[in-house]
Amino acid sequence: MSKEPVAVVGIGQTKHVAARRDVSIAGLVREAARRALDDAELTWADVDAVVIGKAPDFFEGVMMPELYLADALGAVGKPMLRVHTAGSVGGSTALVAANLVAARVHGTVLTLAFEKQSESNAMWGLSLPIPFQQPLLAGAGGFFAPHVRAYMRRSGAPDTVGSLVAYKDRRNALKNPYAHLHEHDITLEKVQASPMLWDPIRYSETCPSSDGACAMVLTDRAGAARAPRPPAWVLGGAMRSEPTLFAGKDAVSPQAGKDCAADVYRQAGVTDPRRDIDAVEMYVPFSWYEPMWLENLGFADEGEGWKLTEAGVTELDGDLPVNMSGGVLSTNPIGASGMIRFAEAALQVRGQAGEHQVERAGKVLGHAYGGGSQFFSMWLVGARPPMS
Amino acid sequence: MPEVLKAPLVVEFPFTRSLGPVQSAFLTGLRERVVLGVRAADGRTLVPPVEYDPVTAEEIRDLVPVASTGTVTTWAWNHAPRRGQPLATPFAWVLVRLDGADTALLHALDVPGPDAVRTGMRVRIRWAAERVGAITDIACFEAHAGGAAPDGGDPDALPDDRVTGIVAPARLDYTYSPGRAQSAYIAALSTRRTVGERCPTCRKVYVPPRGACPTCGVPTTEQVEVGPRGTVTTFCIVNIKAKNLDIEVPYVYAHIALDGAGLALHGRIGGIPYDQVRMGLRVEPVWTEGARYPDHYRPTGEPDADYDVYKELL
Repeated sequence: MSKEPVAVVGIGQTKHVAARRDVSIAGLVREAARRALDDAELTWADVDAVVIGKAPDFFEGVMMPELYLADALGAVGKPMLRVHTAGSVGGSTALVAANLVAARVHGTVLTLAFEKQSESNAMWGLSLPIPFQQPLLAGAGGFFAPHVRAYMRRSGAPDTVGSLVAYKDRRNALKNPYAHLHEHDITLEKVQASPMLWDPIRYSETCPSSDGACAMVLTDRAGAARAPRPPAWVLGGAMRSEPTLFAGKDAVSPQAGKDCAADVYRQAGVTDPRRDIDAVEMYVPFSWYEPMWLENLGFADEGEGWKLTEAGVTELDGDLPVNMSGGVLSTNPIGASGMIRFAEAALQVRGQAGEHQVERAGKVLGHAYGGGSQFFSMWLVGARPPMS
Repeated sequence: MPEVLKAPLVVEFPFTRSLGPVQSAFLTGLRERVVLGVRAADGRTLVPPVEYDPVTAEEIRDLVPVASTGTVTTWAWNHAPRRGQPLATPFAWVLVRLDGADTALLHALDVPGPDAVRTGMRVRIRWAAERVGAITDIACFEAHAGGAAPDGGDPDALPDDRVTGIVAPARLDYTYSPGRAQSAYIAALSTRRTVGERCPTCRKVYVPPRGACPTCGVPTTEQVEVGPRGTVTTFCIVNIKAKNLDIEVPYVYAHIALDGAGLALHGRIGGIPYDQVRMGLRVEPVWTEGARYPDHYRPTGEPDADYDVYKELL
């Protein structure tokens, strides 16, 4: 029996900001969920199940969001479950929800991810004082910066590429009312003059800390037929994982990322992603990850990704727009960041992205990764339903 | 076989929480010795109050005062209170349905022993002498001989200086053990030797060893000494000072593949200006007296390793 096609019929997010002191965590998730239901013109009673994701427990100390947030998300009397996969969690949460619909377990599922970084401490959560171990010497940026240097060495990319990505993403964010950073006076010179934090990563090439939530309503064919606005159809979705550190790990272009993309493309009948896919919303917490992921996801050959960035191909009006929303570089409620990527892909194919809408958005890839580049989740969404 | 190490690990952090309108009113009320509930769509009064109706899922904001007296609906005896619990002497955990409320609140009941507690018994709030806008403003419950006390007053009359946030300290106590393989690795480090373990299938040497190869999924037991010299495979220059580290910035944080190891470990590079560190630099550990790990690594003076030699270790 073939799978049920899955449609995204509702998308909601909060205006991402540094601190939402006016709401509880329950109030924050409620806002995103309510907007997703409104977009789908549905009520709480129309939802069959809720799937929630958030950052690792130590980040903000909420151990059981599925318990604490059941009433805020209208889940009383319904199945509710939680997904964990570090920074990629927003993506894998959406995929678990999509699979419940595809398997015909539920007709309509509300999926949501959130984080209040202002009431959390990711740095502390990542550097617990484990006995007998050497303390982490460099923090999250210091963990990823050596991989960026390895990429620069391997590809021969000029050292300006990272600043081009940051400049592009921050300008894209100006067109997205939900983005956290709105740097109206951003210039390339300012990005390039910002201080080196973890050389080769500059301050302006890193993501902010944000409070925010993102929600989507996923439904089956019957639900899509009732939807008031065009749905986004899930053409393929996959998750892959690998250990953080192992002998032979390619930290620049992890095998799990390549395998995950290949699985999505196989499901969707994509043979040449550069030709067949119109835009990509990918998880880029440090600017250099754009060219790195372009290669990992098969949009460029190894060592060639930076050339797409440098040539302007990934600009909003380029041939392969990347991070139309402004990306993680402009908005980063960690637990929600993966889902925001997936939601942006869906917004684009629905034609609902407003000022940051790209012109031909027939098929758009949403991508998330997490941990020490060890969890990957991706989906490809399209304006037309999948061929059965 | 060396002893397997064990040590306490305390994970502790004061999380801040914004309260939102309902919890803000509830905790502000406690500070003023008023207990507020919220009216649900079906007419029930929920105490403690919630932001969203558990039946209809709609937002609920109709706050109503209830009495400071109530009835125990069920209980459990706590014979050995732990740190941070409401009372230091043995007490009963109770669910109390306050007069005027339809749901029960969890708290502590101060009674001499379990024989003094029963379901259905009448209790009243013992307020804390100093109240700050927290659930601990109710110090505990105590036995009450009478009927319902009058409710605490008008929720609209609460003062304007509302409690808007709380600090919720979290603490977890673990006993941590690094296991057999890492204990042996740490024991060898005390003699300034680095000993990893080789995977019998892929032949790669894991440093530090984990007792199993994560790629092949088989146990590793063959011990192999690696280093002491190694190659900087990649690095970054850290320009921001970490709170809990006593290291002057800038410094170089590097991935170092010790000779014979199948993957790089992480360390600091010293003995060379930070802007002269490069990929391929040959280094050796520098030890300080009494330290478990090398303090840093310094150049050996050998020619740099060829990129092709270490590119698989990046």
